[in-house]
Amino acid sequence: MATATVAHHDETAHEHHEHHDNFITKYIFTQDHKMIGKQFLITGMFWAIIGGFLSILFRLQLGFPEMDLSFLRPLLGGWIDEAGKLDPTFYLALVTMHGTIMVFFVLTAGLSGTFSNYLIPLQIGARDMASGFMNMLSYWFFFVSGVIMFISLFIKTGPAGGGWVVYPPLSALEQAIPGSGLGMTLWLIAMTFFIASSLLGGINYITTVINLRTKGMSFSRLPLTIWAFFLTAVIGLLSFPVLFAAALLLVFDRSFGTSFYLSDIYIGGEALPNTGGSPVLYQHLFWFLGHPEVYIVLLPALGITSEVIATNSRKPIFGYKAMIISMLGITILSFIVWAHHMFVSGMNPFLGSIFMFLTLIIAVPSAVKVFNYLTTLWRGNLIFTPAMLFSIGLVSFFISGGLTGIFLGNSAIDIQLHDTYFVVAHFHLVMGSASFFGLMAGVYHWFPKMFGRMMDARLGYVHFWLTFVGVYLVFFPMHYIGIAGFPRRYYNWTNFEFTNMYTDLNMFVSVAAIITFAAQFIFIFNFFYSMYRGRKATLNPWRSNTLEWTTPLKPGHGNWPGEIPTVYRWPYDYSKPGAAEDFIPQTVPLSATPESNLPHEQEMVKLEMEIMKEESDVLVANESKH
Amino acid sequence: MEKELKYVDMVEQPISMHPKKFALWLFMVSVVMVFAGLTSAYIVRQAEGNWLEYELPSIFWVTSGIAVASSLTLHWAYFSAKKDNFLNLKIGMLLTVLLGIAFLVGQWYSWVAMVDRDVFFVGNPSGSFLYVFTGLHAAHLISGVIFLIIVLISTLKLKVHSKAMDTMEMATTYWHFLGGLWLYLFMFLLLNH
Repeated sequence: MATATVAHHDETAHEHHEHHDNFITKYIFTQDHKMIGKQFLITGMFWAIIGGFLSILFRLQLGFPEMDLSFLRPLLGGWIDEAGKLDPTFYLALVTMHGTIMVFFVLTAGLSGTFSNYLIPLQIGARDMASGFMNMLSYWFFFVSGVIMFISLFIKTGPAGGGWVVYPPLSALEQAIPGSGLGMTLWLIAMTFFIASSLLGGINYITTVINLRTKGMSFSRLPLTIWAFFLTAVIGLLSFPVLFAAALLLVFDRSFGTSFYLSDIYIGGEALPNTGGSPVLYQHLFWFLGHPEVYIVLLPALGITSEVIATNSRKPIFGYKAMIISMLGITILSFIVWAHHMFVSGMNPFLGSIFMFLTLIIAVPSAVKVFNYLTTLWRGNLIFTPAMLFSIGLVSFFISGGLTGIFLGNSAIDIQLHDTYFVVAHFHLVMGSASFFGLMAGVYHWFPKMFGRMMDARLGYVHFWLTFVGVYLVFFPMHYIGIAGFPRRYYNWTNFEFTNMYTDLNMFVSVAAIITFAAQFIFIFNFFYSMYRGRKATLNPWRSNTLEWTTPLKPGHGNWPGEIPTVYRWPYDYSKPGAAEDFIPQTVPLSATPESNLPHEQEMVKLEMEIMKEESDVLVANESKH
Repeated sequence: MEKELKYVDMVEQPISMHPKKFALWLFMVSVVMVFAGLTSAYIVRQAEGNWLEYELPSIFWVTSGIAVASSLTLHWAYFSAKKDNFLNLKIGMLLTVLLGIAFLVGQWYSWVAMVDRDVFFVGNPSGSFLYVFTGLHAAHLISGVIFLIIVLISTLKLKVHSKAMDTMEMATTYWHFLGGLWLYLFMFLLLNH
């Protein structure tokens, strides 16, 4: 085997490359993509706890409107009034911050940031990202963004309160609600840093995938994870600048008195000077990012799932090309459906029909992906690792949440369902929970590579079942509440006769949410405990084909101690008929596996032999130089 | 035949482009998206009526001329660098930097002309959009001038020559892009104001 010899004899040559880092360059201002990935992961986990905790606070209000919340006063201070009630404007801020944190900080930075950084160089066979410095900058911009957002949680007027979509005029006028004051300004500043971070990261991911692949790693041999990260970065590159444009105009409206989004507004009986603006303009600009953002969040999770399901079914992924084409289709379609968020904004019904049609087309590539996951699982030698369970959970949420998307995508039905809890249920299942499960699958699957130790599987199973059942218990009842007409973002419903009858259902949802949230601490414990005390991992614990498992247990900066391995085959040669093992890593040449080669592969062997001879000549030449 | 092609595909080291140059192109894509977003917003907003009509400052014709001229001098400098003609390179770079600054000054005077027309940043969005377009473009142009000055300094140190063209090429690409972006914005305003 050529690769083995390559790895051995170049070991000494690499000694010169080894960096000797001190604490700061190794753990803080690091340019190593693996450490940056871990930084994103830990920061994402921190934000997930905060975002989850905020949701518990407003779930308490929704499920138990009569409850005395004075026990929260040490934490929330003045936001709990004398009678022990949550301040209604702070409720709005809680919902806003929960959405912002979860969408951007956890499921964009925490998911894409972690796994794109960690896996792209490892799976394509590169020493590091195209620009380690830009990569470091990407993390620290994210960090600054997080610090600003965190500070905004504690200011006197409270954090931004206009919903995570921050629609003007609510978000543009300080007089509107306390959350449109300083909190909103900090929100905008934080998001600017976040956009810069995403763009720096995205540019790096695209450049790396296109330019730094190892020998033999053609696009048709890329693992689907890399395809997903690549397309995610493309979507981000095209959509985040438009959010920047939208936010910029909002900043001008808020702080300089322009009227891009404001027109004919009366506050307290007095007219504001702004004329000529259009709030719907903001919605167009925002949703041009906002909808692709859904796929920025979801595609990496789908990529991770493809990899985990194929590995743990011991089967090649079903329809590799179809998977790529459907991801490309989703990428393109994601840019031309944004107005389905605005069916009731007074837009031309004919335009609504066009957007409805385009929206429903997305069901096709999505269904192709679901079909391919199920057919990959079909008759596989399933190994139920925690990562595998979370991946299957993702497929489940993707189906149950995706189905309700077909309802919401119809402009006529959307008139009834718009801004109700039906929408909340839909996107929490298909985007929130599915992506979260992708994130979890990724952590359980690549933990051994990240920290050289295994996570505890039994705790993983407990975590999975509590979370999986919990998510359904939380979000499934919301469909009924939504169909009954409950609007989102309402502080309480006890004043309305038609909503009274659902109080017990809301109570049920809140209890389920608290249990689900509590279950996440099993994961947190498992994560940090296993990092130090976990069972030592083997080099390739999941018997997987991709390149990251050919690195040493704890790869240094540069990933491979010798030459970067060459790739000779696609990453899904699992259970190939005739093969000795049920997996053949990408680094094994076809000539080494004559027993399992297909006829056309057998013909490629001859050419491969010539190349390997050439390569060994080069190696000998290099050797004599040392 | 097809299999052989596949084989070639397999062994080729798939490095196709200088990573930093590639990243620059991606950055330019994101800038395009910002302005695409803003100009589409302009069209959408204009279609809704209540739109202030005003005459574009005529100085835009001058600044557009300066933008084209600066691209020409920069490309002259670029060719000179390729031929290792250092004197022309330095002259070309210096001219480009000066023209870049002249462009910025010209854009400032366009704002003065706007104020003379009683079209302010605060007011009907029709006028505000013009300030945003020119202002945001100028912000990018300042980054371009800084980039040019960095390259100018390294030309003075004779660090740019036919064997070391990477930064020079990137500066040229970026500067042409910014010039083209301005011409697009100007034409857009001519057609849609």
